[in-house]
Amino acid sequence: MAGEYDTAITVFSPDGRLFQVEYAQEAVKKGSTAVGVRGKNIVVLGVEKKAVAVLQEDRTVRKICILDDHVAMAFAGLTADARVLMHRARIECQSHRLNVEDPVTIEYITRYIADLQQKYTQGRGRRPFGLSTLIVGFDYDGSPRLYSTDPSGTYHEWKANAIGRQAKTVREYLEKSYTEATYESNHESIKLCIRALLEVVQSGSKNVEIAVMLRHKQLKTLSADEVEKYIAEIEKENEIEAEKKKQAKQIGSSTTTTASSTLTTQTSKKE
Amino acid sequence: MALASVLGFKSNETFNRSLQCEKTDANIDEICPKLNIENIAQFITLPPYADPAKYLKMVNESVDRVRIQFLKGTTTLAFKFRNGVIVAVDSRATAGGFIASGEVKKVIEINPYLLGTMAGGAADCAFWERVLARHCRIYELRNKEKISVAAASKILVNMIFEYRGMGLSMGTMIVGWDKRGPGLYMVSDDGERITDNMFSVGSGSIYAYSILDASYKYEMSTNDAIDLARRAIVHAAHRDAASGNIVRIYHMKETGWEKIEEKDTNDYMYQYREDKTMNF
Repeated sequence: MAGEYDTAITVFSPDGRLFQVEYAQEAVKKGSTAVGVRGKNIVVLGVEKKAVAVLQEDRTVRKICILDDHVAMAFAGLTADARVLMHRARIECQSHRLNVEDPVTIEYITRYIADLQQKYTQGRGRRPFGLSTLIVGFDYDGSPRLYSTDPSGTYHEWKANAIGRQAKTVREYLEKSYTEATYESNHESIKLCIRALLEVVQSGSKNVEIAVMLRHKQLKTLSADEVEKYIAEIEKENEIEAEKKKQAKQIGSSTTTTASSTLTTQTSKKE
Repeated sequence: MALASVLGFKSNETFNRSLQCEKTDANIDEICPKLNIENIAQFITLPPYADPAKYLKMVNESVDRVRIQFLKGTTTLAFKFRNGVIVAVDSRATAGGFIASGEVKKVIEINPYLLGTMAGGAADCAFWERVLARHCRIYELRNKEKISVAAASKILVNMIFEYRGMGLSMGTMIVGWDKRGPGLYMVSDDGERITDNMFSVGSGSIYAYSILDASYKYEMSTNDAIDLARRAIVHAAHRDAASGNIVRIYHMKETGWEKIEEKDTNDYMYQYREDKTMNF
């Protein structure tokens, strides 16, 4: 047993901040964007796919991973840290099944991951995990959940959230655009997730990866064709909106609110 | 630990020092089960002598001159039916041929929606079920929902399994009502945990089973179920020397458990003798 050489790396600053944790949050801001949206019957995860080197196999870069049949996780930040955290979370999901004879609730596994992240901010000569996570899934009673954790070890539940590069921009977009229609319709939830990603990512199915989970079903990654279809629909909507704006300007009245409300009635589909 | 300080228990140090002695007896590994962890003393509190497993095996079975009779002298039963679970127990405690007490509470109220029965070593059952109550409460606070009967019984059996082969004597039934409906698990000192619709544990269980098996139906009404449980304990108390005195009956409902009655078994037996309309 080593002596008391457990000098903490994360110590308080004079004005009450934990610098290491804040630096870890900076590392997260450098990671590629991830977006999560929760609907009534669906949870959607979308991540920005960074361009890979020419000789690199595309398949080895997986930012969305399953923790159990009913839980999935996306992260932003240090990939290696995520791998370790994911491994521990997967073990905990099975351990819970063994000891309690029930699948984990999303809150439970989020709390476990957050506890783990917090532990590394207190003593023992370890640095914090440099990642934020988005955890989605369905509880045993069927309710959909979306949680997010950050390097300080706090977690919150969200209706829609974004982490990583330009997360603030994307989150503001989500706040503007998340409506009742989004919540009710699976199609709208997926579309909102893609729209939000396209705010900061170049348009095109090869730059985004979308995964969808329905109640009592496994996580499904949308194929490139499916994503293209959504993107085409979104671009058409944007065109119609741009047209309406131009017409409104020509007429001379400054109304744009009517355009967006007619848009939702035109394009919302029943699932 | 609060419990340790209440008992005046100072530390593990003096106790566990004895465990550093080398094992010299060649037959030890045959007689005693191996402990899995090297420094098991760090994790659990062991009795204050070397090789507890070997010593306690000696007093449990008639290996040597000493024998402490941990007879599971009791009758306890529980069964599920349409409206929940009925739990019925006797109240006699015996040590060999000596009736130590006629008023033992063999149903342990873990919390308002979980019950545990006692058979075997009374101290073992009472203590471990209190520890279980603590775990259940912490689970409830952390997860904002009541613990399931499956999880509670699993916690208990995992605790017991750590002491396997060291002389625990428990045959307990964990009864409760959770989001999956009524739950009934039997947990015993060898680490067994099984679930079924009906269990009876103890030296009088053979008599109780015969009464239960003759008339048990899942669709019984509550009154019939209570009557059946009562009869089973009374008949077991009548024939088994190690069971008797008072019969206690509890009913586990969706809203929690309810104590139905505690009456003398002999009085009931006289009543049944009078009642010539009983048919089996």
